[in-house]
Amino acid sequence: MTQPSEQPESSANEIRYVNLYEPSSKIYTRKVQGFYQRLRRYAGIPLMLGFLLMPWLVIDNRPAMLFDLSNHKFHILFVTFWPQDFILLAWLLIIAAFMLFTVTVTVGRVWCGFTCPQTVWTLIYIWIENFCEGDRNKRIKLDKQPWNPEKVARKTAKHGLWLLIAFVTGATFVGYFLPIRELLSGFFPSFNEGQIVWHTPAAAIFWTFLFTLFTYVNAGWLREQVCKHMCPYARFQGVMYDHDTLYVQYDKARGETRGARKPTEDPKAKGLGDCVDCSWCVQVCPVDIDIRDGTQFECINCGLCVDACNSIMDKMNYPRGLIRFTSEDELATGRTNFFRPRLFGYLIIVLVMLGVLVYTIYNRSPLGVDVLRDRSARMYRVQGKDIENVYKININNMDRATHTYTIELDGDLPYTLKNYRPMPIIEGEVFSLPIRVSVPKTAIQHESTDLIIRIIADDNPAITATEKTVFMAPQQR
Amino acid sequence: MTTFWSLWITVLTLTCIALCAWILWANRKIEKHGDANEEVKTTGHVYDGIEEYNNPLPKWWFYLFLVTIVFGLIYLVLYPGLGSWKGLLNWTSVNELKVDQEKARADYVNSYDVYSKMSIEELSKNDEAMKIGFRLFANNCAVCHGSDAGGNYGFPNLTDDDWLHGGTVENIVATITHGRYANMPPWGEVIGDKGVANVTEYVLSLSGLEHDAAKAVEGKVVFDTTCSACHGMDAKGSIAFGAPNLTDDIWLYEGDRETISKTVRYGRVNRMPAQKELLRDDKIHLLSAYIYSLSR
Repeated sequence: MTQPSEQPESSANEIRYVNLYEPSSKIYTRKVQGFYQRLRRYAGIPLMLGFLLMPWLVIDNRPAMLFDLSNHKFHILFVTFWPQDFILLAWLLIIAAFMLFTVTVTVGRVWCGFTCPQTVWTLIYIWIENFCEGDRNKRIKLDKQPWNPEKVARKTAKHGLWLLIAFVTGATFVGYFLPIRELLSGFFPSFNEGQIVWHTPAAAIFWTFLFTLFTYVNAGWLREQVCKHMCPYARFQGVMYDHDTLYVQYDKARGETRGARKPTEDPKAKGLGDCVDCSWCVQVCPVDIDIRDGTQFECINCGLCVDACNSIMDKMNYPRGLIRFTSEDELATGRTNFFRPRLFGYLIIVLVMLGVLVYTIYNRSPLGVDVLRDRSARMYRVQGKDIENVYKININNMDRATHTYTIELDGDLPYTLKNYRPMPIIEGEVFSLPIRVSVPKTAIQHESTDLIIRIIADDNPAITATEKTVFMAPQQR
Repeated sequence: MTTFWSLWITVLTLTCIALCAWILWANRKIEKHGDANEEVKTTGHVYDGIEEYNNPLPKWWFYLFLVTIVFGLIYLVLYPGLGSWKGLLNWTSVNELKVDQEKARADYVNSYDVYSKMSIEELSKNDEAMKIGFRLFANNCAVCHGSDAGGNYGFPNLTDDDWLHGGTVENIVATITHGRYANMPPWGEVIGDKGVANVTEYVLSLSGLEHDAAKAVEGKVVFDTTCSACHGMDAKGSIAFGAPNLTDDIWLYEGDRETISKTVRYGRVNRMPAQKELLRDDKIHLLSAYIYSLSR
């Protein structure tokens, strides 16, 4: 084995210093229009409206969606969820993960390119940048020129709008955790005897500004760096691709050899493919890659280069789709195979899990009941001619209203309910009600007899729960 | 903490931070041989045909490291961390607990204040107050009296409006605040086996239970001369002595022949502990209202 250092170095190899911390180069994207831009916009508008308006919607006198952390309850549309429902959230997240797998196997990283908040907000910010500073070439020029009033005005407008959107985003997000009307009105302090009074908790204001800052930094400055260096999904989605996954690809066979030509020229005569080497696909790319080099881990499948290339193809009167959503198989054989076990496996798993989740939520009882035998000195009590047992009934009212409950007893003995004092149990309260069950000594046959306790809400017989316990009596001689 | 350990920790912490900063700084540039235009090389790691590029770290990442170092240093100045250094903010977990406790105390006083101003009769009809009362009862009283306040062997039932020490509002408050003590002396030696048997039959007859009528007549004589001192000539008991009413078929201990004769022979000592020191006045007020409400 020879040591590399022992080998004579060629004169071309000079010692130089390499910076190990790479300064990020700013990406200037060109504005482009086309089918995928419209798709993103029209799919994005309802999602964005949903995000912005949901906290303002009121159902049953409470926000339609409120994750009330300090009171340990989640209001989601018509149902209130409690900490014990947390398993449902776990289910939901697992289902969401499997949906992501399904979509990724079918059409690649479209989540990243079309619906991921990081991309959506980045593209909104780029749109504003474009609006304030002009398109790609103008922006490059503006950044190079020295500071003058126009540059200051344009930059101020851009950052101002960015911050405004960031604040709306931050406030809306915190609005899912604190009723948004309270939150916003709390930003305006009132004065009381010379003292400034803030009505919104300091924590809520802190988080609002933190999310504002994060939105501004993420969508304005970090952008694709988040996808490249921070996002875990970006890395593992790649391994889900197979030969029939549709993702943005450059049709090398059709495009090469690339080269400039006049629209009137016949490319075949010049020995050229369809790619005119205009570099628009590179200029529009938000992650700064050249799709013609093949698929790369940075690619978020956003389709911007597809739209850019199609617009050039239209101008050249060439067929569209030199860059398109296509699969490896399709490029090789002209056909994508959709009927593959992996895809159907994921689909079936998602459907089954969704079914189970919907069934569970639909059958979820807003009444939790636990029956405990009283932990007193004796397991039964002799009261005249009767034997008595005491039970503690822990009632957890998970409904959105106050209820009083009726208790019914059932079993083999003539049980009588004594000492039950109905209490109004408010929403979310856990209260333990003691009851006394009495049986005449003469009726008792066994030391232990099953007792069924049914709890029914007075104003809604549908809210009911049944628990089984035992009635203990002295040994029969 | 001794000076040595304090110094040890301080030096160790600061040296580690300095080392981190040095590594970060020293690695920002490396010497490299070769053509400046060559492509980025891979690290040589290959797995399943996947290779790893040897790309430089983004610069903002480097700045993030710097931020954490600065944050760490500021933290160490403000908070305890460097040996025995207390930190400029003088923060301790004990102080934090104290603040929380004071807040909880204030909340508690505020919420009980409303109820302390209400009368016990009023409170006994207030559902909210009675829920708190129930919880107080469950924490402090249910151990002996049962969750339903129905009593236990030797511990009176509080739901039947039969009272050993009186059932008025004042009586109940006094019972909880100062506790109660009642003593039935053993009579076995004084009235003899026969006397015990006869008195037992008489006591059974008072509540209309199955008894030997002849013995009960003899028992009445003994009762009138001895037991009536506390239980009264009519055997209806006495609040002053805490002597139970023997005519209502309500029993502190069970109402069978065996138990009654044991009580007569050996006597009973019973004590309810005073709660004054354990519960505050406002809690006793609420608890009294709950107990008052049980037999209404």
